[in-house]
Amino acid sequence: MFDYNFHWRPVMKSLPDLLEAGLLTLQVATLSMIIGIVIGLLLALSRMKKTGPAYWLATAWVELARNTPALFQLFFFGFGIGAFGIHLSPFAIVLAGLSFNCAGYLAENFRGGFQAIPDTQLRAARSLGMTAWQAHTRIIIPQVFRLVYHPITNQMVWAVLMSSLGMLVGFRELSGETQFFASRTFRIFEYFAVTAVIYYAIVKIVLGASRLLAMRLFRY
Amino acid sequence: MIEIRSLEKYFGALQVLKGIDLTVEKGEVLSVIGASGSGKSTLLYCINGLEPIQKGSVVVDGTNVHAKGTDINKLRQKLGMVFQQWNSFPHLTALENVALAPRIVKGKSRSEARDIAEKQLLHVGLDDKLNAYPSALSGGQQQRLAIARALAMEPTYMLFDEATSALDPELVGEVLDTMRLLAEEGMTMICVTHEMGFARDVSDRVAYFHQGVMEEIGPPEQIFGEAKSEHTRKFLANVR
Repeated sequence: MFDYNFHWRPVMKSLPDLLEAGLLTLQVATLSMIIGIVIGLLLALSRMKKTGPAYWLATAWVELARNTPALFQLFFFGFGIGAFGIHLSPFAIVLAGLSFNCAGYLAENFRGGFQAIPDTQLRAARSLGMTAWQAHTRIIIPQVFRLVYHPITNQMVWAVLMSSLGMLVGFRELSGETQFFASRTFRIFEYFAVTAVIYYAIVKIVLGASRLLAMRLFRY
Repeated sequence: MIEIRSLEKYFGALQVLKGIDLTVEKGEVLSVIGASGSGKSTLLYCINGLEPIQKGSVVVDGTNVHAKGTDINKLRQKLGMVFQQWNSFPHLTALENVALAPRIVKGKSRSEARDIAEKQLLHVGLDDKLNAYPSALSGGQQQRLAIARALAMEPTYMLFDEATSALDPELVGEVLDTMRLLAEEGMTMICVTHEMGFARDVSDRVAYFHQGVMEEIGPPEQIFGEAKSEHTRKFLANVR
């Protein structure tokens, strides 16, 4: 009934390659989060304006990013714009797709954060002679970051896991690499089991780093 | 000198200031009293340009606050403001709360800004709380922190918007004492307040606002002793 024989040796042999691919996963997730945070902030600020082209662009972005499958968003940057003759590298496709998705989700987190800061904080800052830019960068945004810190961490975890979709556009990150070895050796179960453990470890590292960073950043 | 001429202010269709004429000289302490919604706080926001106005003018030391070319951020350095909700910046220590604006607005060095902040925190009696975050301070301490923060910009005028209204009763005294101290030091102050004792004892003049109109203005003895306006007398009878 259960006559599958486990063969771990090929997996162990390619473990260094898998770990290296794991680093690539972490790298693309981190980069897409950095881009996502910057764009997400801009989208949130644009959405709070309530009028103008920036508002509509930001709203369209958030709607598309949140309400369509992430896989389709990756396909858009791969096959979608590929149909128009623009060919990105697999790395660029995944980076663009994940950044697009993260920015959309983070924008809503940021918007909630901004709305939770009382207007009076802005007034107090402006009454001291700060420009709108200074008041936002020194007073408002640091407080928003604290409020949305855990949602951001969550999104980072999600970015790590979501990057596994990269294997469907030919990116050899952790899942793509695993798929490559698995199909060469037919030890599919073993490979994906080990890869799952690696994903788990990466997420744990991300969460630990996030906790340390929080202790360093938020002393109030 | 702050000169307010025929000032009118609307929130949408609602007129909250109906033609205010008022001049505040340097060194004067003016208390503004009146019921909630009478336009007292709005007047302060119009003076430092946090609220736009629809008619009239506010001129501070010869500069029109609401004129297009006015550098409002520069002008606000002259006009310290303390709010009802004390609005300390929760992510900064007491020292950083006070030192930030001198550094980034006035371009002081870190050490200069620190010296200024220490001096002003000592001034309001918070010299033992330099590194405390606002969450560790009482309401009264946070309000004194807000006063120190405004003073660190070395303003010519101080605007107090019901600085004690949101405080627990036992904390009102320490904030009023700080305001008294400033008045004694010769600071020009406009204090929107519900503290009639403070208005009577500390002010040079008291203005009574009623439904967007400055109903009466005069020395405290006149307002509290022999108010000319029926509204003023009624208001004061109800408060006491």
